[in-house]
Amino acid sequence: MKKSDLILRMMEKTSLPKEKAALVVNGILDEIADALAKGERVEIRNFGNFTVRTRKGHIGRNPKTGEPVKVPDKKTPHFKAGRGLQKRVNHDQ
Amino acid sequence: MTKTKHDLIEFVYDTLQIYSKRDVIAIVETFFELIKNSLEEGEEVTLSGFGKFRVIEKAQRMGRNPKTGDKAVIPARRVVAFKPSMILRQKVNRG
Repeated sequence: MKKSDLILRMMEKTSLPKEKAALVVNGILDEIADALAKGERVEIRNFGNFTVRTRKGHIGRNPKTGEPVKVPDKKTPHFKAGRGLQKRVNHDQ
Repeated sequence: MTKTKHDLIEFVYDTLQIYSKRDVIAIVETFFELIKNSLEEGEEVTLSGFGKFRVIEKAQRMGRNPKTGDKAVIPARRVVAFKPSMILRQKVNRG
């Protein structure tokens, strides 16, 4: 399913006109992204949690010259499926 | 600060304006429900600019109960994986 399919399915299920459905889909995703950009976590019951994890920086090496290069800390978004989603994907219950 | 579904409902309510709270709750629930349905069918969900959700099949393996150290079979199962898009990664790194 692509974002455009999700928008179409939203229209079918909710009777929202297309431009409103697109506004909702993009708006929710932007809200989640903005929260993560601020370092906040996002909890959606029965769906899952989005968190920001930090990968420690380290001293790397330029493979060509062998020179040491500092690799800084990096933040990365992480998703953990909630119980409801996990169950459904496994078709139990 | 933690953002919850409730905050998303408030946000959509403000965005759509003329819709009732009850309608907006149904709309936000539908959004997540549709993604869950897709994953339940084993379908990949690609949300451009955000990321990709997919279902991964994990084979059965032997594990250990970390408390008691007893060996235990971890049955085959499916897990949901999320791969953030480059755009989301960059956004999170800029802070």
